Amino acid sequence: MRRETIVNLVLAAGFVLVPLVAWMIDEPFVVTLATRVAILALAGIGLNIALGYGGLVSFGHAAFFGLGGYAMGVLASHAQSFSPMLTWPVEISGTKSMLVIWLVAIAVSGLAALVIGILSLRTTGVYFIMITLAFAQMLYYFTVSWPAYGGEDGLSIYVRNSFPGLNTLDPIQFFAICTALLFIALFLSGRLSRSPFGLALQSVRQNPERVEATGIRPFDLRLTAFVISGMITGLAGALFADLNRFVSPSMFSWHTSGEIMVFVILGGVGRLFGPLAGAALFILLEHWLGGFTTYWQFLLGLLLLGVVLFFRGGLIGTIAGREVAHD
Amino acid sequence: MTAILLIEQILNGLQLGVMLFLMAAGLTLIFGVMGLINLAHGSLYMVGAFACAAVAAATGSFWLGLVASLIAAAMAGVIVEMLVIRRLYDRDHLDQVLATFALILVFSEGTRWVFGSFPLYLDVPPLLAGPVSLPGGIEYPAYRFAIIVAGLLIAAGLFLLIARTRLGIRIRAGENDREMIAALGVDISLLYTLVFALGAALAGFAGAMVGAIQSVQVGMGEPVLILAFVVIVIGGIGSIRGALVGAILVGVTDTLGRVLLPILFGRFMEASQATTVGAALASMLIYILMAVVLLVRPRGLFGAA
Repeated sequence: MRRETIVNLVLAAGFVLVPLVAWMIDEPFVVTLATRVAILALAGIGLNIALGYGGLVSFGHAAFFGLGGYAMGVLASHAQSFSPMLTWPVEISGTKSMLVIWLVAIAVSGLAALVIGILSLRTTGVYFIMITLAFAQMLYYFTVSWPAYGGEDGLSIYVRNSFPGLNTLDPIQFFAICTALLFIALFLSGRLSRSPFGLALQSVRQNPERVEATGIRPFDLRLTAFVISGMITGLAGALFADLNRFVSPSMFSWHTSGEIMVFVILGGVGRLFGPLAGAALFILLEHWLGGFTTYWQFLLGLLLLGVVLFFRGGLIGTIAGREVAHD
Repeated sequence: MTAILLIEQILNGLQLGVMLFLMAAGLTLIFGVMGLINLAHGSLYMVGAFACAAVAAATGSFWLGLVASLIAAAMAGVIVEMLVIRRLYDRDHLDQVLATFALILVFSEGTRWVFGSFPLYLDVPPLLAGPVSLPGGIEYPAYRFAIIVAGLLIAAGLFLLIARTRLGIRIRAGENDREMIAALGVDISLLYTLVFALGAALAGFAGAMVGAIQSVQVGMGEPVLILAFVVIVIGGIGSIRGALVGAILVGVTDTLGRVLLPILFGRFMEASQATTVGAALASMLIYILMAVVLLVRPRGLFGAA
């Protein structure tokens, strides 16, 4: 077994066991913290497909995270006020069903990723970083100045949405839902990286000219990866909104984009379990450093600097070594 | 809407534009010469504003504060360059984005630690407190007018520096071929530190000038940073001329959009709805402008092909 596989198994086992033990000794806060990790890791898995496999440095994934969040917020707010979303040409009402909300979140963020991708992928390098950022900022300012869904104040949803057969207000059951989705996404991401599509995508990252010479269009591969990436991050956004029962424009802010990127890089770019390791480490640090001082972000910044300057390859890269070539 | 009001708004746009130019010039120089994306540039802007406010409060003189802002931002730039940025030049953009993102956290929280969360206030110097009369009977705040003049003078100075001086020659040579000028005996790491300090000082100066018309607070650099990035992307990264054109384009578009769009929509919508739609669209306008420019010219208006 490769060292990275062992690290991954330990991570997965630890991630499931710790909240279970916490639940048994009645520490619901730890369970909620772990749920947060699961959701943020899911957002990171989305970004990792574009960033790690495709080499597309998107600084605007908050756009998809926020769209997922607002898909939940808009649908649920219409359901809780019993007002239809659309009356013409067909009447569409809101919903409190998680399954429907997830589908809508995935569809909306996938569509947005398609449009943003078609436009942004014409550029490369710094221009790509900046244009993805610009699209996220556009949505941020739009939600801030559009009063119909709370504007700057955001939207509160009073009761968590429902999932058939489960009580979603119980922390451990909501944790189970998020973790199940996390593992499905991990499975898909792992399959994707070894599939012909994934292999072609990774060779586009390493040498686009050569891939083009074999008759594959890099643009199509990148666009597909960008759309899949946006869909997964959008789903994470819907779950995040459900966790907090609140959405606000801050989900679209460039800090959110930066943080999702931090999860991926902290864990290890292009590593299957990198986003999970990164998100877990980030949340633990936030919690631990927050206990020392209210200025914990100062220490977090120093730590991040240390990771970038001295531990290249992130957490998984440091523990498991450079087995997987990352150019 | 009268012509005078429109001219005032154009002047406001110009004032925003020249401030953005001071930020964007530093960013674009640092990218052009060292190939570095510096997200922490907004923090240097904040350092300038805080230094000016603190010194002005202690001595009662805005002008001493302005000098302090230049020195503090340049010093902060030199320290950051020597400790962190220097290690990032040969890394990929991803590492640069992350490391400078971390620097923002350090700067913002560090400033909050020292100065607290409450905004500081900086008064406009008495010399520039009143209005100034422009031809055509326009009364415009003297301070804002001074910002425009100072910004344009600095822009002219920067062009002269790059085009006419030995330092400028080295900077341009460094953009083209860093190995070659190192081989010719130029201390390249000193040159990089100097360019970074110059960019930092420009950002600090902009922060101090704007600090007197807005409040001086933690996080004030971030919106400006994003706007400055939009500017250099529109202008073409690495081009000072592009930064100037882009900055004025962004400043004027943003300011006029906020005024004109609600009026424009008012022509065919009811007033309250027009205000909402107009304001929402106006806040997105410069990003739309940037997207359109990149679609037509993927390397910006003055970028090298």
